[in-house]
Amino acid sequence: MLKRLLTSREALLVGAIVLLLALIASRFPAFITPANLANVFNDTSPLILLAIGQMIVILTKCIDLSVAANLALTGMVVSMVNVAAPDLPILVILAIAVGLGTLLGMINGVLVWKLAIPPIVVTLGTMTIFRGIIFVISDGKWVNSHEMSAAFKAFPRTVLLGLPVLGWIAILAVILFTIVMTRTTLGRAFYAAGGNPHAATYAGINVGKTQFWAFTISGALAGLTGYLWVSRFAVSYVDIAGGFELDVVAACVIGGVSIMGGIGTVAGALLGALFLGIIKNALPVVDISPFWQMAISGGAIIIAVALNAQANRKKGRIILKRAEQVS
Amino acid sequence: MSSTDRFIPDRLRSPFEQRLKSWETLLLAVAIAIFVANSFASPYFLNAWNLSDATFNFTEKAMIAFAMALLIISGEIDLSVASIIALASTAMGAAVQVGIGTPGLVLIGLGVGLICGAFNGVLVTRLGLPSIVVTIGTMSLFRGISSIVLGDQAYRGYPDSFSWFGQGYVWWVISFEFVLFAIIALIYAVLLHKTNFGRAVYAIGNNATGAMFSGIRVQRVKFILFLLTGLMSGVAAICLTARLGSTRPSIATGWELEIVTMVVLGGVSILGGSGTIVGVVIAAFVMGLVTFGLGLLNVPGIVMSIVIGALLIGVIALPRLWTMWRGR
Repeated sequence: MLKRLLTSREALLVGAIVLLLALIASRFPAFITPANLANVFNDTSPLILLAIGQMIVILTKCIDLSVAANLALTGMVVSMVNVAAPDLPILVILAIAVGLGTLLGMINGVLVWKLAIPPIVVTLGTMTIFRGIIFVISDGKWVNSHEMSAAFKAFPRTVLLGLPVLGWIAILAVILFTIVMTRTTLGRAFYAAGGNPHAATYAGINVGKTQFWAFTISGALAGLTGYLWVSRFAVSYVDIAGGFELDVVAACVIGGVSIMGGIGTVAGALLGALFLGIIKNALPVVDISPFWQMAISGGAIIIAVALNAQANRKKGRIILKRAEQVS
Repeated sequence: MSSTDRFIPDRLRSPFEQRLKSWETLLLAVAIAIFVANSFASPYFLNAWNLSDATFNFTEKAMIAFAMALLIISGEIDLSVASIIALASTAMGAAVQVGIGTPGLVLIGLGVGLICGAFNGVLVTRLGLPSIVVTIGTMSLFRGISSIVLGDQAYRGYPDSFSWFGQGYVWWVISFEFVLFAIIALIYAVLLHKTNFGRAVYAIGNNATGAMFSGIRVQRVKFILFLLTGLMSGVAAICLTARLGSTRPSIATGWELEIVTMVVLGGVSILGGSGTIVGVVIAAFVMGLVTFGLGLLNVPGIVMSIVIGALLIGVIALPRLWTMWRGR
């Protein structure tokens, strides 16, 4: 029974989240009112969006450490566009954000696909380059709330049926990518390319190209989140979302995505992100200093990856495992 | 990290080594070119004291880079090094507040480094977890602990005798840090290139299963490498803390990237199995000279990071582009 529980990571996570909410509610009932939960979900939406993209990248045995820098660069570009042309419709702004994010993701993808450079090196490099470019184009200055147009700031905050647009976008992305991952050949290719690259190659899947698409999707989502982020917080500067890439990876690992590739679901990424989001929002409520958050994220990553390894241990080649233990 | 594209050469060593040698020669030429360009670009460059100051840009990072080089050659990676610096520095700062003297501080710095390294090592070698995720986690955890302890405060008040580690000069313009850097480089060069342990590191990086069946204690060697990386982070933490004279949770932020860049720039394969200490030494000088030269030209730090990021991708991409181009 334990084994069945461990193999269904999603069920375990739902349990953990319910337990967490129950613990918080036992002392602070106001935390689980629908309005506050909607708030928490909305606050976690950027993490959910990025975690979906990261999940797909990790599925293909890669990692994308440049998502937060991509988000910050796209956010800076759209806010500067907004300052220069305040009358531009939001649809155009959205198109610029997604387009630029996609392009940045494609740069990562091409370097991984065509030059076969290890993804961690590529994205560590592009991470610093993107941040540097923000400084160069903005001259280190901030774009502040009063410089942004009202429509630019209003879009993600418009409330529909009790949830802001930002939250609805996250829900849409979850539905869209659940369909892509489970109902399309591209979705199957992501699993195949990461699960067993050699077999995937023989099955006619271009592994490098599949990785390229994973980075492209991750970039597009980061770009979209870039606009949503700067307009929601109504500020844009070089260091926004600094270190956020670690939270994103943490959300995936907590959500049961295997860093070795081939294992993971959109639901897992969603739940992993929600788990972190609830902790982050609960800390000030239960009166723990926000300085704890970094250590808690780190601890959660380590515990989650250890659990993942336990769950996956029984699979694989047992002969080698035994030999390893003898050594 | 993907291992799918790793190929096993038909002939071992000789052509391979030749290419490695040429890589270091190329790097040395780049270093000299940067040196010459800098001395033309700024009149302040060719000054013994300025050059001595410039070494502080890379000595602390390079100390960690040597241990990191061994770790990467063995096929693992440690992204938590900068956070270990933060934690070790915080521990030393806390010790100062209760009046512990310089020898105690040094022991605490080294001790915290070793403990953090051991923690990474246990998770990777005992539990068999991938080092990249483990150290992304501990990167958050170690700096997180430092941030819990310090919040938005800072530790100050390090004794003068302690400051010598970061600010002292052994002879004329030769700083203590530079001497330490040279000694550590020598130790790691001997360890990697002249001992059985060094051979084992290469063997593990090229074929861990093969190494295991040849009687190498793969997990033990990897554990020792994590310990060494932690220890070097402790050493760097002592030097950096002594040099700055204060500790904040944000100390050494982003260093893990620069250290990995230094290692990769030095010709160490990120997939493991090849690389030399000489390469890392030259790479340290290249990065130090670039940062210092650009600094003299008033280029802001974040723009330099574009250069560093481009170097990291460029040094791997260019040889591959070159082979692709020649293969046509």
